[in-house]
This record gives sequence, C-alpha cells and structure tokens, in this order.
Amino acid sequence: MPRCDPAHNLSTMTDVPISRRSLLAGAAGALGAGALQQQLSRLSPADPTKVPGAPTSDLGGRSPFERPRRVPVGGNQGISLTPLQDLCGIVTPADLHFERHHAGVPAIDPQRYKLLIHGMVERPMVFDLQALRRFPAVSALHFLECSGNGGASYRNLRPDLSPQLIDGLTSTSEWTGVPLATLFRAVGVKPGATWFLAEGEDAAVMARSIPIAKGWEDALIAYGQNGEPLRPEQGYPARLLLPGWEGNSNVKWLRRIEVSDHPFMTREETSKYTDPLADGTARQFSFVMDAKSIITFPAYPVTLPGPGWWEISGIAWSGRGMISRVEISTDGGRQWTPAELQLPVLARCHTRFRYSWNWDGRESLIMSRAVDETGYVQPTLAELRAVRGIGTFYHFNHIRAWRVRSDGSVVFGLEG
Amino acid sequence: MRRVVLVATIGLSIGACRGGGSPRGSAPGSAPSSNLPVLNFGRTATAEEIRAWDIAISPDGTGLPPGRGTATQGALLYRQKCAMCHGPTGTEGPAERLVGREPRQGFPFGKDPALVRTIGNYWPYATTLYDYIHRAMPLNAPGSLEPDEIYSAVAFLLWRNEIISDTTVINAQTLPRVVMPARDRFVTDNRRGGGEIR
Repeated sequence: MPRCDPAHNLSTMTDVPISRRSLLAGAAGALGAGALQQQLSRLSPADPTKVPGAPTSDLGGRSPFERPRRVPVGGNQGISLTPLQDLCGIVTPADLHFERHHAGVPAIDPQRYKLLIHGMVERPMVFDLQALRRFPAVSALHFLECSGNGGASYRNLRPDLSPQLIDGLTSTSEWTGVPLATLFRAVGVKPGATWFLAEGEDAAVMARSIPIAKGWEDALIAYGQNGEPLRPEQGYPARLLLPGWEGNSNVKWLRRIEVSDHPFMTREETSKYTDPLADGTARQFSFVMDAKSIITFPAYPVTLPGPGWWEISGIAWSGRGMISRVEISTDGGRQWTPAELQLPVLARCHTRFRYSWNWDGRESLIMSRAVDETGYVQPTLAELRAVRGIGTFYHFNHIRAWRVRSDGSVVFGLEG
Repeated sequence: MRRVVLVATIGLSIGACRGGGSPRGSAPGSAPSSNLPVLNFGRTATAEEIRAWDIAISPDGTGLPPGRGTATQGALLYRQKCAMCHGPTGTEGPAERLVGREPRQGFPFGKDPALVRTIGNYWPYATTLYDYIHRAMPLNAPGSLEPDEIYSAVAFLLWRNEIISDTTVINAQTLPRVVMPARDRFVTDNRRGGGEIR
C-alpha cells in the first residue's frame, strides 16, 4: 500500500504480507492478485488528465488506495493500536488515534453533558458544554500515550513485531479546551487542597487521583481534537488532558472532579498502573512518560528492495518537555550520529526525526536514542531491566532496534 | 441566489487571510494571559446533583454508605453474579484472577513476570474493593449492586484471600481497618528526568 514510507509502492506491495492482506480485505474483498489489479485500475483511469474529475462533496474521505487501519484487541475492555508505520509527520488522524477503554465507549448526548466540580471548593459548580466552550480557550499539540505502550518489546521478544504492535498506543493531536486552572479559579479551590479525583461517564466510571499542581500548571478540559469535536473514542464531548502524563490519567468522558486533600486509591492507581520494581517495591503515581523514540521506517514488515540511500525516519517524545536530540546507530549501538529533527519541536509532543542512511547491503542493526531537554537519555533494554526488573509493568521506554537483513527484510531487532 | 452570495463571502474571507503583519499570539498550551476578572459561566451545583455522583470511597472510609455483609452472604452473591467471569473460587478466570496470596514472602513482582497480581498479594487498600465493585461490576450490569451486596462481595473476597474470617462483618467502620498484605509495598515516584535511569 502506498503509505508515507518509500518502500511501499504498488509494485512491491503484494510482496508484503501484511499490506496485501489488508488491501485484499478492504479495497477488493477476497480477490486474487490479478483481480485486485483490475479493481485498482477501475479506481483510477489510465490518464486522469483525459477524464473530468469528481465533484465537490460535503465530507472528504481517503483515497481508495489508502486503507490505514488500527489493530483492535480485547473488545470493550481492550486496546486499538495506531498504525505508526503508515503515518508521516507528527499528527495522528483522529480516526487512527489509539484507543484504550475500561468498559467500552459510552454514547453521551452533548445537550445533557455536564461537568461537576465539588469537594474542597468555595462554590461547587456544574458546567455544561456551552459553558466550557465560552471560557477563553487554548490549543496545543500533545502526544497521549498508554503507559503500557512498548510492553511487547520488553520480554518474550519476537522478530515479527511492527511499530504498530510495539508502540501503537501513542498518538498526537492538536487539543483545544479550557485550562483546568480557569475552572479552579471559578469554583475557588480551597487552601489545603492537594489532589483531585477525575472521574469518567463510562460504564467503569473510571477514576484517577491527580496532584492538584498539575491542574494549575497545564491541565486542559479538552473538547476539540485536530480542529473538530473530540471523537467518541477520545472522550466526547470532553476529557481531561494532562500533557506528558500517562494516558490513563487523562480521564475521558469527564463528568466529575472532586477536589481533595488526599488521593482516593482507586483501582487504577493501586492494582493497575503501578510499576513493580526489581527492589521488591512498586512505584505508585508514576505519571510522567519518560523520553522514548522508535524508528517507523524501515521496520517490520517492510523489505528494502536493495542497498543505497534510504531515509531512516521515526518519532521521539518525552513527557518532561522537548526532545533535544535523537541519535541513530546503524551498527547495533556502537556508534551514534545525530538525526535531523523536523520542526516544529514541541514540548510533550511527538517529534519527527530523519536520518539519511547509505545502506551497504550488509546485515545492520538500526536503533534510535532520544534525549530530552532535562538531559535524560533513553536507556537500553539492559539498563531498564536492571532498575525495573524483568517482571515490571508499564513505562517501557528502552531503545528499540530493527535488524535489516542482507536480503532487505526487516525484523524487530531486540532479543531475549 | 443563495449560492452566489455564499461564493462571494468565501471570496472575501480568502482575501482577508492575505492580510499582512507579523503574527501575534500566545505560546501553545499557555493559559490566556489576561487582565480578565475571574470568569464563571457555570451554575451552582445542587446538593442533589452532588449526592447522585459523589461515589468515591477514601482509604479512611469516607464515602462508605450504611450497610453490612459477611463472606457467607457474599458466597451466594459471588456464585450468582461473579463466578461466570472470575471462576468458582476466584482463581480460574477467564476474567482477572481475584484470589491468591503467593508468594507469601517478599514482593518479587518486579523480578518474576509469571506472578499473577491478585487482591490478596497486590491490592494495598481494602476500601478500593468497595469503590471499584460499586463503580464497575458486574461487567454486564455495572452499578447495579446494593450496599449490602457490595459489602458481602468484599467480605467474600477478603475471606477467600485469607485476610478476614468468614464471620467478620464488613461495614463502613470495619472495612477501612482491614490491613491488606501489600499495604506497605508501594513507593512514590522518584524519577526526575536528567541523567539517572530509575
């Protein structure tokens, strides 16, 4: 499928199992390769300059040649992974934004929606959607990432892992909303308040305790995503957005905020989303996503047609601020060379990196290593396992690798 | 006629976009700098609205309603409403395993990926059980259980995990006093960015 990466074109796509399968299932149904080519030629005339084009329409759609898809797993308590290898730039199309739900996607009528803020406040208030939208708004590009992202690349490693299966639980959108600080001023947060509970209107009434400082600093009650209202899967009509913090704390379908002087110890901050460590403890309230990067091209299941110049490309991000550097190794981590960072480089946002590589045709282990503005360097798998332990959960931000074999095939490159 | 007007308007707005001048704006994500007064477009919440949604239970028991239950009562409820997903004894699945105290020594979850986290070996607060079951269980009828049923289910699960006896009454006073085996295993986040991998 002719996606953003250069090894995918119509002449090679039928050699790529995953592309062929998705194309057959989508554009052409259960047809053979010959029938598929016939079908595709019907979608595009031999010479488009000799046929008047299609009229305008009230809603755009993708080219019929493009069928990027999330990978859903686990039903209404599951996940759906963003196809990172199909994307270019830093913005994730809203319909490809990853999903993680605890009891499915609720259907909420925006006319009946309300957000209650109460607890340690001077004036308990209810805000409907019109009220939220009337406050001075801000927009900002930020990544969101499930803290379990990367788990497939941490233990029981397999060669047949794609960027989507490893890191597809991160996406970037432009979010628009009202700063929570604005609402805190409206309700009059009382002195002594240190935490707030954020609670959703889903069937799990999913709830997390958040330090109140984050609410004052940069939290948003977001109602806009990439220029339109939030998608239902991302929390329509309004959600909490905590830039740089683990996805689960960014409570979707937000219906209640209770200001408090203690955390509530909900299931999602005790039984789940705590990180067992090698020293026999478990880390709690580990909100910030540490710096991370992944090469999205070349990566499994791509096959490079031959040696020569190829652009290694991928994304890097940090929950602590801006990415200051991404380095590339093509020799398994012995030598590192800086990649180009595509502007804009924004805080707590995906950053696209690119590196021109003259592949000599020999087997190569390629890696990316992100450094953020605090000086934090993305660790190796061995370094992370040493401090967290092989059994840990969540926050898997170690260096990923791809093995480019001499025949051009690419597989996940970490082993063990 | 309407279409002509529309096209004319679009033409005008395209022209307007070409206006010169250097951009002036706020940094992405920064709150609107302002000399505005405190704005408030909400309305005061009624006591009834707060009562209807104020369901969170704190570790000190704040929020727990009147009611009571024992493991014996909970066993019946568990068979009827929980066992279909969590198995006859809370260990069989297919849904999350609820019961288990192994390993009895230490807290080696970071070292051993084969260990299954359960209520008995991992949950630090007993109040979380009430809070969570009330919010989200059973999966096919969330929020449907009465306080006596929830207290009974909590008592049953604590008993199955060998934390209380089968005659212990669980209510708003006793539940916060239950000390969970994993109570002291949790530490605060010490990651700070910079040079150290933690």
